[in-house]
Amino acid sequence: MSRSVGTVTIAVEACKGCDLCIPACPPAVLSMSIGVNRNGYHHPELHDGCTGCSACLMVCPDFVFTVYRAERSRG
Amino acid sequence: MKLVGQAKPDLLLSQEHHMCPGCGEPMALRGYLEAISELGLTQRTIAVHGIGCYTSFSMTTDLDLVQALHGRAPSVATGIKRMRPDAIVFTLQGDGDMVNEGLQEVLHTAARGENITCVLLNNGVFGETGGHMTATTVLGQRTKNSLDGRDANYHGYPILIGDLIARLQGAAYVARGSVHNAAGFARTKRMFKRAFETQVRGEGFSFVEVLTMCPTGWFIPTTEGPSYMNETLGEVHIMGELKVDGVIRTTDELHEENIRKAAEIEAALARGGVDA
Ligand code: SF4
Ligand code: SF4
Ligand code: SF4
Repeated sequence: MSRSVGTVTIAVEACKGCDLCIPACPPAVLSMSIGVNRNGYHHPELHDGCTGCSACLMVCPDFVFTVYRAERSRG
Repeated sequence: MKLVGQAKPDLLLSQEHHMCPGCGEPMALRGYLEAISELGLTQRTIAVHGIGCYTSFSMTTDLDLVQALHGRAPSVATGIKRMRPDAIVFTLQGDGDMVNEGLQEVLHTAARGENITCVLLNNGVFGETGGHMTATTVLGQRTKNSLDGRDANYHGYPILIGDLIARLQGAAYVARGSVHNAAGFARTKRMFKRAFETQVRGEGFSFVEVLTMCPTGWFIPTTEGPSYMNETLGEVHIMGELKVDGVIRTTDELHEENIRKAAEIEAALARGGVDA
């Protein structure tokens, strides 16, 4: 299904809903949730097409993203 | 899948912190904590924290750490370094702490060429006490006590602390980064590495200033933090390496370098990764 060469895990409960990760993602595969976490914040959700570039991790003040990339060279 | 970046830096004990949504300070913290781990300096490093919002990380930073009083961190760090010359000693201060409350401490420390690294988180306001003007607030910037913008005739001019320190002979490496986007973060992390390497080589005082967002103190939505910072503070406190190997760089050189580096890093991100 997915043609993503990377992926991220999102620690939803740590998110404070600042939205900074959304415009930071070069392929625009993050969007904010409709629902909220325990603290009442909307949080990012991942769609297909992540490249594992780590831009979201670098701009997130709340240490929410862990980033993985496929080990094979990118095609 | 291979892990390429983990959420919480190793040198923080907890993922949770009490900074506001959209604050730039935790990103700067990530930059230098990762730089310390990656350079293999963890066991040798002693941190000295000043007073500001970032002080809440004094409880969760997994390094030997001394809490200094307002503005005094560079002097405390001087004492530690002179007693423990093999330690890697750095300070963490905000603009209110460093440039208002303790300007002479950092200037004398730099002038003496103490072999330590000072980190400044510069957002142009006293964030912790509610967004008041500091000595680095730029002209026209709105703060709690300059509601119509900082006015040179009434409030005086801002101090460009990085530029000031670069002119002191004891300063070996001086850089100004920014965490307004991923490219800025990646570049700032490299600056931290160069600063710590300067200290490891014993070349003298090193200084990294980081422009950080303070949406709470600027009274703006978190989403506007990065662009607001770029257009206000970033236009005056110019990003770049202000002094390398003892040579001061001109503003024009910095501008050219900024355009080139931002393009390089953005191209790398679009290709799917950047080595910070
Ligand atoms: S790793 Fe890069 S591509 Fe993947 S979600 Fe984060 S910013 Fe987007
Ligand atoms: S940048 Fe981090 S804290 Fe902000 S919305 Fe994205 S995941 Fe949440
Ligand atoms: S007041 Fe400003 S500097 Fe302090 S935590 Fe909030 S956003 Fe960050």
